[in-house]
Amino acid sequence: MSADTSIASSAGSGAASGPGTSPNGGGVPRGGGAGGIAGRFANWNVAIIAVTLVVMVVASATVDNFGTSQNFGFLVLDLLPIALVALPMTLVIVTGEIDLSVASTLGLSSAVMGSLWNSNQPIETIIPVCLLLGAVLGAINGFFITVLGLPSLAVTIGTLALYRGLAFVVLGDGAVADFPAVYTDWVTGNLAGTSIPNVLLVIVALAVVFGIVLHATPVGRAVFAVGASEQAARFAGVRPGRLKFWLYVVSGAVAGLAGVLWTLRYSSARADNGAGLELAVVAAVLLGGVSIFGGKGALPGVLAGVLLLASLQNALRLSDVSNEALNVVTGVLLIVSVLAPNLANAVRGSVQRRRHRTTTNPL
Amino acid sequence: MSFRISRRLAVPLSTVAVASLALTACGGGTTKSTTANEATNAPSSTGSAAADPNAPLKEGLKIAYLPKQLNNPYTDVSVGGGKVAVGEIKGEYKLVGPNDASASSQVSYINTLIQQQQDVIVVAANDPNAVCPSLNQARKAGIKVVSFDSDASKNCRDAFINQATTQGIGESLVKMASELAGGTGEIAVLSATPNATNQNAWIEVMKTELKKPENAKLKLVKVAYGNDDDQKSFTEAQGLLQSFPNLKVIVSPTTVGIAAASRYVSASSYKGKVAITGLGLPNQMRQYVKDGTVKKFALWNPADIGYLAAYAGAALKSGQITGAEGEKFKAGKLGDYTVGASGEIVLGPPTEFTAANIDKFDF
Repeated sequence: MSADTSIASSAGSGAASGPGTSPNGGGVPRGGGAGGIAGRFANWNVAIIAVTLVVMVVASATVDNFGTSQNFGFLVLDLLPIALVALPMTLVIVTGEIDLSVASTLGLSSAVMGSLWNSNQPIETIIPVCLLLGAVLGAINGFFITVLGLPSLAVTIGTLALYRGLAFVVLGDGAVADFPAVYTDWVTGNLAGTSIPNVLLVIVALAVVFGIVLHATPVGRAVFAVGASEQAARFAGVRPGRLKFWLYVVSGAVAGLAGVLWTLRYSSARADNGAGLELAVVAAVLLGGVSIFGGKGALPGVLAGVLLLASLQNALRLSDVSNEALNVVTGVLLIVSVLAPNLANAVRGSVQRRRHRTTTNPL
Repeated sequence: MSFRISRRLAVPLSTVAVASLALTACGGGTTKSTTANEATNAPSSTGSAAADPNAPLKEGLKIAYLPKQLNNPYTDVSVGGGKVAVGEIKGEYKLVGPNDASASSQVSYINTLIQQQQDVIVVAANDPNAVCPSLNQARKAGIKVVSFDSDASKNCRDAFINQATTQGIGESLVKMASELAGGTGEIAVLSATPNATNQNAWIEVMKTELKKPENAKLKLVKVAYGNDDDQKSFTEAQGLLQSFPNLKVIVSPTTVGIAAASRYVSASSYKGKVAITGLGLPNQMRQYVKDGTVKKFALWNPADIGYLAAYAGAALKSGQITGAEGEKFKAGKLGDYTVGASGEIVLGPPTEFTAANIDKFDF
């Protein structure tokens, strides 16, 4: 019951903020006083960044070997695929849709990469082909969702199975390993003379592009508008179908890229690469403050969410915490992340109601 | 429209996301080793100095086990043997590992072990190549790497503990079949899948052995495939007995197949007339040995594999061996071992289990 009202209120406030307001605006009420405090509490985006920083500082101080540059490199490599795929996923979820086929797209991209390499194609051809393949797989999702109007959850659960199946058709359960050392070394290596991992460049570059698109362009405003209210967005001149179609294409292409990098990182093209990754990505995006109901979210929060999950896992592992305990910690964290914004909304709602009552019924 | 759908699905979806990290087992599946890389560097190439067979075994060595996956009965037994050995040499035993056997999940654990400055990593690789870059980083950091059970690529570990040679297993299967058939008659093989690399290699050795004059009276009538599926193996065993009424022995070199065949024969009129043998787990086979269906079967002792790996790792770290062919070291209760070609150390011929000794084994 109370969950329903908070969902309604969050969707309502998102709709009210509409296109053109700040992306965080949906969750932040105007006006000061008690509402302002609740509003600041509700600003998950800031909170998650703060929590991430705290966790990293505490872990560096208390966990042996956490703060080393080598461990930083390992950390970045571990979060690489999640961070990449989370970028377009953020946009997709902000529009109120979802793409669960990303990990299977990654796997199929990896399998095709291995199979082409086996047939002696040059790697310089294979990599663009894999990106293109990802885009095509994304376009297939987009077609079913926007042209045929099917729900994205159903479509991408279907293609999750379909693309993974195709990956096994392409490569079977074998592995292809002998990729050129120049490429595999680049992916696992650091910038010359520093301890900054090369792949961090890829993450930062794409994050900047996606950040600008989402938060500083008409496309980004359209994404928020569609997520807040598709009908209102349509009246405002946005074409939701076309927007979503291209988001799926981009999501597929980035998953294809993640497949290439995954393959090179492990020097191993396999059909089962990245299995289960889609849930980790969705989890990180939600933890980063993106509303699963659409219309709300911001990229810095998502990146903090990815970093928070990866750092926690890394730190707990270094402290010899068992896998099971590790899963429990992450699970609790995610439940909190889904509950907290709704709780904050509920608190704000009750505060506003009380203020409303006192102003209209002065006794 | 689609916004409303995503709202309705929001609750199950968030649940799915929350469950994500708890359910990373989606990857599943064991690895068929397809070692594509040929050894480019000799395993000893990174060894610092020449071997000194008289070097004292160091105490307090930190020896970490990274099996294919945790919470698997076979794994528990093999690392259990390791724990015993690490205790004997007064080292520090550690066990880490993923809950799923996917190809790349072991890499983060290797990275953690590097950070923790272990002395020896004993690993059963889920993918011979995916673990390679990390293992080589470990070796650069002075950690000795011993693979066991499932080899990593030759150029990224110092030694490999092989449970038995292909030749040894094939010979042992024919020897048991011959004894059970009284040296003459029809035999059949019930294998796993038609493309299982290890199974096929053993069957090839069996065929060569059967051509020898002393086995001239044994006739291999069929190789059937139960796909390592209990039901299918059961049906295949049934089919073999119906198609070949004079069949004397079914040889099943797979733990699933031998158990299914034994279950069928023990409850049928063939009991006592047709012998079953092959490779099996004592705990699965105990009842059939006790009820007389199975006279003898074989398997390496997994506890000994883990045990031998600890001694090999300690010998490497203490400088007794470097992993080069011909070097010798002592492995506690198992006695003396010699390093074979490309760092391979063979545990020995498979252990034969009979009614007389089966109660000494619990795995």
